[in-house]
Order: sequence, then C-alpha cells, then structure tokens
Amino acid sequence: MNALTMPRVLGAALVTAVVVVILSIQLNTFRDYQIAEIAIEVTAVAGLTVLTGLSGQISLGNGAFMAIGAYATALLTLHLGWPFYVVLVAAAVVTAAAGAVVGVAAARLRGPYLAGATLLLGVALPSLAEAYPGVFGGDQGLDVNFTTPAFLGVNFPLTRWQAWVCSAVALVTLVLLANLGRSRVGRSWRAVRDDEVAAALAGVNVARARILAFVVSATCAGMAGALLAIVTGLVAPGAFTITLSIALLTAAVIGGLGTLPGALWGSLVIILVPTYATDVATSHGLSSSVASNIPVAAYGAVLILVMLVFPQGIQGAVRWAAGLVGITSARTGRPASAPEGDELPPSRHQVLLTPGGDPPDPHEKEDTQ
Amino acid sequence: MVEFLQFTLSGLSFGMIYAAIALSLVLIWRGTRLLNFAQGGMAMFTTYIAIEVIHGTGSYWAGFVVALAAGVVLGAVAELAVIRPSLGKPELNAVIITIGLLILIEGLAGIFYGGQYRSFPAAFSVIGLKVGSTPLGISRFDLFVAAAVLATTLLLALGFRYTSAGLRMRAAAFNATIARLSGIRVARVVTVGWALAGLLGALAGVLVSPSTFLYPNSMDSIFVFGFTAAVIGGLDSPAGAVVGGLLLGLALSYAGGYLGSQGSNLTPLVALGILVVVLMLRPDGIFSGTRVRRV
Repeated sequence: MNALTMPRVLGAALVTAVVVVILSIQLNTFRDYQIAEIAIEVTAVAGLTVLTGLSGQISLGNGAFMAIGAYATALLTLHLGWPFYVVLVAAAVVTAAAGAVVGVAAARLRGPYLAGATLLLGVALPSLAEAYPGVFGGDQGLDVNFTTPAFLGVNFPLTRWQAWVCSAVALVTLVLLANLGRSRVGRSWRAVRDDEVAAALAGVNVARARILAFVVSATCAGMAGALLAIVTGLVAPGAFTITLSIALLTAAVIGGLGTLPGALWGSLVIILVPTYATDVATSHGLSSSVASNIPVAAYGAVLILVMLVFPQGIQGAVRWAAGLVGITSARTGRPASAPEGDELPPSRHQVLLTPGGDPPDPHEKEDTQ
Repeated sequence: MVEFLQFTLSGLSFGMIYAAIALSLVLIWRGTRLLNFAQGGMAMFTTYIAIEVIHGTGSYWAGFVVALAAGVVLGAVAELAVIRPSLGKPELNAVIITIGLLILIEGLAGIFYGGQYRSFPAAFSVIGLKVGSTPLGISRFDLFVAAAVLATTLLLALGFRYTSAGLRMRAAAFNATIARLSGIRVARVVTVGWALAGLLGALAGVLVSPSTFLYPNSMDSIFVFGFTAAVIGGLDSPAGAVVGGLLLGLALSYAGGYLGSQGSNLTPLVALGILVVVLMLRPDGIFSGTRVRRV
C-alpha cells in the first residue's frame, strides 16, 4: 500500500505540470480559463476528500470556506494592496482559523447532523456579504485586480498566467496532502474514521485529529477561494451558493472518495460535463430554455449513473481497469475503500480465504485465520 | 405586543411548511438511513404538475390532489429506480445519487416548464385576517396551511400507531434485520416510506408556492430550512421534526420582524445560530433518544 511514495507523487505532479503548460499554450483562452477552473476545483475537492474520505467527517459547507478565502483576498488586495502571493498565504491562514472554529464545533457532531450544520454554514455565511454591503460590497461584490507579472511581457495572455498560477497551487496542495495522508497524521485520521473508540485506546487524540482535518480542508478551500477571486476578478455572494458546496462533495465522491487522483477526476467531470453538454445542446439548435437545461439534466443523470456503475468512484474504476491489464502498482490511496469482491480482481488476501483457490502456504493460512 | 402576535402567527404558519419537509426527511431517514436531497426538487416538480392541472381544469383542488398523488408516485419511483440499486454500496453514494436526482429534476423542470417565475394560486384568501381593527399577520390561507400539515401529520401518526402497516413501518425502522426475520417485507415498507415522504413534500410544495413563486430552484431554500428543522428536532423523531419546524419558523419570523431592514438577509445566520446552540447541547437533536453509536 505504499504506492504514494514521495518520488512517485513528485513525478506525477511534474508530469501534470508539464502537461498543463503545454495544454495552456496549445489551447485557446476559453480552455485556459477552464484549466484554471479545474485547478481551483481540484484544490478545494482535494481538501474535502481528505476531510470526508480520510477523517470520515462530511462537510456540505466547504463553499463557505471558499467564500472566506475569496473575500479575504479581495479585501487584502483592495485595502492593503499586498501582492497575490502574500495574499494567498494570508487567505490560507484566515480560512485555517475559520476551519479550526468550525472543526471545534463539528467535533461532537456525526453523519447527518454534521451535514446539516455545515450545509447551513454554507448557506448562511455568504448572506453576511449581503447584510453588510459597506464592507463586502453587497450583491455587487468586490472587484479583484490581478495582472500578469512584468517579466512575462505585455503580450502574455492573462488567462494563461491564471491557469499556471492555479495549477501550481493545486499541484503543490496535492503533493502536500499526499504527504500528509501518508504521515502519522493521516494514519490517525484513518484510525478515527474506522473506529473512534479503538483509535482513542491506541492513543490518538480523536478530537484533535478531527479538528485538524477540518483545518486542512478549510485551508485548501480558502486557497481555492483566493484563486477563484483572481480568476473571475470579482467576489460576490452569488458565486458561493449551496450549489457550490454540494458540487465539491459530489466531485469528491464521483472521483473516488479519499483518493487524491479522484479529486482530479471528479473535478474534470464537474467542470467539463456541463460545458460539453451545453456545446452539444446549442449545436443542435435547440430553443434556449431547453438548450440551457439539457446540460443540467444530463449532469444529474451522469452523477446517478457513475454512482451506480462505479460505486468506488472513477478512481475505483481506474484501479479496476489497471488491475485488468495487470498494473498492480496502480493501487493508491485508501485501503478501506479498496476492491470489493465482485467489482475488482481478488486481492491476495481474498484468494487465501476463498475455497478452491490456490492452496495457501500453511504459514500464511495460520496468519489470516 | 400586537407585532409579537403577528410574528408568532406567521412564524407558526411558515414553520408548518418546514415541518412538512422535515417530516418527509425523517420518514426517509428512519427507513433508509439516508438524507434525500431531492426532496425539495421533487416537491417543486409536483407543484409544476399541479399548476398545469389547475390551468387545464380550472379547479384548484384537482391540482392539489394530483400534486399529492404525483408526490406519492415520484417518491416510490425514485426509491425503486435509483435508491434501491445503490443499497449496499458506500453510504455517501446514495446521498450523491439523491443530489444527482435533484439536479436531474431541476433540469427537467427547466426543459418542460422553462425557468421563469410563475405565480401559484392559493386555496383561500391571502388577505390578512383582523380581530376588530387589529391585523393578525395571517390569512385564511395560512390557517389552511397549518390545518393541512397538522391533519396530514396526525393521520400519519395515527396510521403508524394503530394500523398494521404502520406497525410494520415502525418495526422496519427500529431494526430492519429483525423485522425481516419476522416476515415483514422491509423493501416494500421502505418504498411506502418514500411514497409517504413524496406526499408530504408535494404538500409542502403546493402550500409554500403561493408565497415564494414557482421556478426550478424555488424549493432549495425551503429544503435547507426543512433539513435544518429535522436536524434540530432529531432525525429519528417525527415529533421532533414538527417541533423543529415550528421552532425554526418562529425564530426566522422574529428575526425577519425585529432585525429591521437586514432581517431577511440575516435569517440564515439566525437559523445557523439556533442549530449550533441546539447541537452543542444535544448533538443528535432535541428529541434524540439515548445515544447509540456503531462501534
């Protein structure tokens, strides 16, 4: 299960970075914008997949943390004029603090109660912006000024630079999260997720582990919010609806909960399926109300189908396909979500326990029974 | 004082609608241990069906009855078509499926009925009632809303308590395995639970739409507050759903009334505040029983 070793993670990140750079140069402005969108989504979803998949806490309110990050970015840029890199760090710190507060409150809640509380957080927080228009600009929101740095020259397209910045942040986040997931912290999260009592008996501070997961998740969402602010150039409450928070969880589960590659697959689905369906609908000359709603309906249908056909999400399907062609080392991430008997090729463990399988070595048989 | 009375009465009236949604969520939670995020979307769709029937026949009550029937059918079909196949898979899958269902339904509503806001008729006058010259802050229709939800809730409660079908449902919710061993067709009971939840949702949709207008997302915020009400009351408790709904309705009404011009913007924050306070004191809702957690 040591598939996510550091060199491998760094290698994958480097390859992805090169692919992103090539794509962003080859493709047009709109696609560059989409790359940035996907990178933002990946940053937020990766944080959520760690929270829900590894520490076992559901959040339907990570959109609220994105809002905090975005407003922090807008306010700091507007009033203090700090450069973006400083603002990004500051936004991360602010949302980490917010995550700690929410995490403390959430540490006592379970399942649907946590879902309800976080959902309401996601709905309630953006309404602050409307309630205090003097500070937050109300419905109109706040403008965020973001330009390409001078060393790239005046002709460098802004969207390409945005795609680069967002992808860089997303990749660094993924590498850090992969490392964290393999560390002592990640193990304590899994222990808490699988059995709190056993984890506590084994010396894990359950409350601290759960709160820390919220902090990490909120920080990722906050950075995603900061990126969203510079890409859209505007921070307004309309961007942080309940739909956003739900889309984050959807992407995490569709991609394969608890797996970082899954965060990428899920984000691709969330961003690309609606756009693709819109293209198809408009190219068939449908009336505007039909054309604008077909993508919505299709997206809903895709969610249902993926969940029914690939219960472990897309990453589960990728592993299954990898298993078919014999790339066993492609197994990554979370052992507990791994292969169910009828879906995936039997692991060594299952073969040992299956009657009629290869006669196991008596030594091993003793171990497994 | 008069103001307080007005806010109280209108809060109770809106609270009834939250209670109906909360109750539908509790029904499904007890049967399937699942939050149905499509509840509001299903209610929105049945309300569109009602509006078509009302325009076609000219009769409000024909639309009302058809909406409730459509709610029953939609609830049962949703359970059979997409929820049952997802059982036995990771818990969150079914939740995402209901989210997919919500998005699908909202998309279909947009395709069939368009995205514009449509007004929905009320069964009775929406002109405020008065005692002498003092306005009460509620109308005949608000009274009908309260009466309709209360009557449905009472019927359900009596049905659960005194019919054999109700006993089967309670048994299945209490312990599915033991119920199955006692000869109860748990799967069928679950479908009936979804159908009843669909009915309650449809009722809420028809009752709330005169005051919110009808559009594909019109039930989203109602759903959020209904969900909040269910969480406040405790997801295992039908009585808790009703109490939670009324409590939330009152709180939001007072907030909207007393917080001045910012009131309507701050209502979600007020709801969040109440939820946090309740859950800090009782993490499984007001009406939670002894705490049982899987070890």
